[in-house]
Amino acid sequence: MSQYIHDDKIKKLEELANQARELLIGELTEAKSGHTAGPLGMADIFTALYFHILNHDPKNPDWEERDRLFLSNGHICPIRYAVMAMSGYFPLEELQTLRKFGSRLQGHPERERLPGVETTSGPLGSGLGQAAGYAYAARMDGKKFRVYCAMSDGEQEAGNIWESAMFAGKYKLNNLTGIIDRNNIQIDGMVENIMPLEPLKEKYEAFNWHVIEIDGHNFEAIVDAVEEAKAIYEKPTMIIAHTIPGKGIKDMEFDYKWHGVPPKPEEAKKFLDELRTLGGKITSEHQ
Amino acid sequence: MINPDAKLVDNLSDKSKLEMAATRDGYGKGLVEAGEKDQRVVVLSADLTESTRSHWFAEKFPERFVQVGVAEQNMATVASGMANYGKIPFIASYAVFSPGRNNEQIRTTISLNNVPVKIGGAHAGISVGPDGATHQALEDIALMRVQPNMVVLVPCDAIEARKATAAAALSVNWRSKPTYIRFGREKSPVFTTGETPFEIGKAEIFRDPSIHSGQAADCVIIGCGMLLYNALIAAEELSKEGIECMVINSHTVKPLDEKTIIEAAQKTGAVVSVEEHQINGGLGSAVAETLSRNFPVPQEYIGVQNRFGESGEPDELIEIFGMGIASIKEAVKRAIARKK
Repeated sequence: MSQYIHDDKIKKLEELANQARELLIGELTEAKSGHTAGPLGMADIFTALYFHILNHDPKNPDWEERDRLFLSNGHICPIRYAVMAMSGYFPLEELQTLRKFGSRLQGHPERERLPGVETTSGPLGSGLGQAAGYAYAARMDGKKFRVYCAMSDGEQEAGNIWESAMFAGKYKLNNLTGIIDRNNIQIDGMVENIMPLEPLKEKYEAFNWHVIEIDGHNFEAIVDAVEEAKAIYEKPTMIIAHTIPGKGIKDMEFDYKWHGVPPKPEEAKKFLDELRTLGGKITSEHQ
Repeated sequence: MINPDAKLVDNLSDKSKLEMAATRDGYGKGLVEAGEKDQRVVVLSADLTESTRSHWFAEKFPERFVQVGVAEQNMATVASGMANYGKIPFIASYAVFSPGRNNEQIRTTISLNNVPVKIGGAHAGISVGPDGATHQALEDIALMRVQPNMVVLVPCDAIEARKATAAAALSVNWRSKPTYIRFGREKSPVFTTGETPFEIGKAEIFRDPSIHSGQAADCVIIGCGMLLYNALIAAEELSKEGIECMVINSHTVKPLDEKTIIEAAQKTGAVVSVEEHQINGGLGSAVAETLSRNFPVPQEYIGVQNRFGESGEPDELIEIFGMGIASIKEAVKRAIARKK
């Protein structure tokens, strides 16, 4: 039993994550391009972040004391957009503008276009350094907020990540928490085939990080890990979250081919049915 | 002939009497000045603290100095995060590494992100000398000037480098912009003074024969960086041969002071651009892009002609690679000969 989250809140988060997945399928289908598997796999973590973990104010995105969430692998932004819309940063209908001309919801997120995204990202490997620099600067000024950085596992292949890991370890950035989406897929195939990362936990530990491995679909584990990170004084913390790419849609789960493509309209209908009925377990209103 | 408003040193042409100092010294002094006046200024180094002259700041403000090790990509991303928070970070390394190696990090996390990181490119140009081609940055101006939001400054001596560095952090109009400041390793003549006007975005007319004669000059030499001294000497020598040149210090390569440059082209009808950089993509290209749209005139390019550098003594390389005084004079004559 977690000391940090009640069962009824977990239930609520599960419902919200399911709604986020539905919105995600909708926006990607409308956009006709974008990434599907990664965002579905991170739906639970982003829901936990926006609806339980982060100190933030959707009506005042620039609130100075807010926690900062850097998204390093910008391509999974559609799930961030979905959860931001659900939180009240912008109207749900705006999700339909994803990847379209003039939209604030760029294919990869841009800081100056959409308040609340914190930074412009997409090219892999550069988010952790930005989050570390931000955390360093905030600590210089005695700020109390925390800095989070969500990353993919594939981008751990980039050298910039390890330069940043070394930096954060050296400077004991205990206000920085990284989250790696360990879903084992990248564009060309399975991560451990493309370029093995294991032993990933030991790598970060060797770089002077505190490392926690969790089931990235277990809200209790997500929340507990973040709380544990807050209690670690001497080190930054890396949460390696094992996730299922395409989570929530059986045909998609574990299939790397869904990394960079959106559902077609007929697929979307089937997927939405699956999400709304929790895989056929319940009857949904729309039926 | 020297524009009195430029407040250059007296006896400019007697090199033996001029103080010699490296533009990197100006960067170091500018950092301290900026740090004294604005608490938000922080300085990062990638294991080149002394050779980028960042150590003066580090000694004075150790709590605002950050060592990142040999990791220029990380230095750019960490600085982006600090600037995003609200600091004004200066990052310096050799220009081949920053903005060379870390170019994409600068593009995405600094320029597109539009955060005020100040990038110091040290040991730029061929005058790095004996280190050879790997360490002679000859494409850094081009790399930086094609990025939207980025301001590009190329100071001509140590005093101007100090002003440019301080202004990048302190100028109300420019402190919030990503900025690249280029400087060199070698000592070079200090020919501007504390009173020489310096304003980002405004080119300065250093020499204008028409001030005395009322007659328009035959050619305008538009330069940046340390070679501007050679340009002034070349103009002086040409004057003795009866050829009169304006000389413009275009220290801000971006945004280019188009008005000053177009007016000079209109007055003189011939241009020579001078820079210690590839002739592709640098100041000369910026000038040509502007003039071709507004007032096309013959232009000759002093710079490195699409080849890599090599080891040698700095002065020797400047001559061999066609950036010496004699080469500038020849280029002026070629440009004038092409006038219709």
